[in-house]
Amino acid sequence: MVQPLDHLKESPSQTAGPYVHIGCTPNFSGITGVYPQDLGHEMITGEVSGTPIRITGRVLDGTGTPLRDAMIEIWQPDAAGLFNSPAETRGRADPNFTSWGRAASDMVTGEFAFDTVKPGAVPYVDGRLQAPHVTLWIVARGINLGLHTRMYFPDEDAANAADPILTRIEHQNRVRTLIAETPGKGHYHFDIHLQGPTETVFFDI
Amino acid sequence: MTNGYVNRDRRWHPAALTPDYKTSVARGPRQAPLSFPTTLVEETGPVFGHEMLGRHDNDLIVNFATGDGMAIGPRIIVHGQLRDEFGRGVPNTLIEVWQANAGGRYRHKKESYLAPLDPNFGGCGRCMTDAQGFYEFRTIMPGPYPWPNTMNDWRPAHIHFSIFGQAFAQRLITQMYFEGDPLIWRCPIVDTIPTREGIESLVAPLDMARTVPMDARAYKFDITLRGRRQTLFENRMEGL
Repeated sequence: MVQPLDHLKESPSQTAGPYVHIGCTPNFSGITGVYPQDLGHEMITGEVSGTPIRITGRVLDGTGTPLRDAMIEIWQPDAAGLFNSPAETRGRADPNFTSWGRAASDMVTGEFAFDTVKPGAVPYVDGRLQAPHVTLWIVARGINLGLHTRMYFPDEDAANAADPILTRIEHQNRVRTLIAETPGKGHYHFDIHLQGPTETVFFDI
Repeated sequence: MTNGYVNRDRRWHPAALTPDYKTSVARGPRQAPLSFPTTLVEETGPVFGHEMLGRHDNDLIVNFATGDGMAIGPRIIVHGQLRDEFGRGVPNTLIEVWQANAGGRYRHKKESYLAPLDPNFGGCGRCMTDAQGFYEFRTIMPGPYPWPNTMNDWRPAHIHFSIFGQAFAQRLITQMYFEGDPLIWRCPIVDTIPTREGIESLVAPLDMARTVPMDARAYKFDITLRGRRQTLFENRMEGL
């Protein structure tokens, strides 16, 4: 026998289910008067430095049908590459930028949208810079463990080519699943494919 | 200093594809996920202030009720500690909860179960952990309900939990079940968890010591988030 380690196990995940909006975006789901507004509804709370952008997208299942009951959260640094988080030790982030947003898929079209700023670059564990990107976390009925992925920018070819995560992907033809489209100036569209030949690269992170 | 977060044990969590839970078949990713060490991106996360909370946010019995009304159902207090895998309390973090009413009905436009809505019950609440990671909220016992999967599947009574922690790497959504519910062992969603031990870690025991006599019973539900490594030795990341 040896000494017991006594570490705890993480609580197992369970699906967010079809009614995640009741708990996380109650005003969106029609439950008004409990919270003044849905958390994560606004990422820009005042005058903010950097380039304002709009991110839209959809989450599509293996049949190509958009999910109409998903919840998407994004996490990103401000234009200078700093996070609005107590765990940020490199400096103080823009006080008018929350770094975090939350949106529900539209109940008809399945589209989600975030008004945010273009993120700055953040170093990797070895000091190399990561290309500017937005982290996404997706939960929904039928998804047993929240899915982490990233959206990179199509106008950052040089940074993307050197990015420590993108270059780590074995099947390089899948890198494009992490790069947004630009339907217009300041607008980035990012469809997330849960399955199929264009399945988005998800992260074990 | 920190050295990142302990890897998620993906054999302990439900797999992406769990065919007995039919919705996972078209929605669970099929490719292997890409593994890499947590970076600043995942080691930071949103933190909310206690001042954000409204007076009744942690009381689902009254937070949607009108006038002196109260939600119908067995009154319960749910409490516990949020800690990490090393047993450290996770302080000052937001917990959001949602649930069906005592009849097993959700207040949602896509919900069609014939059990009635309770005019005084919305079904959402939130609270923050204290300096040691302890949390508490009051609600009514949710009812079990049937759901479309096979022709006769019933969800055990449960409360959904959304937990932030201190880093985006710790973000977690899970469900709490109630001691003694026979539906736990018949539920395809519960059964996505690979081990009996894992399932039991989501079952809250009745806690008579914390009941409010002549008022509300209590259930104790401790939640564990991923642990943050701490060592004096710098991680050289050789081989990366």
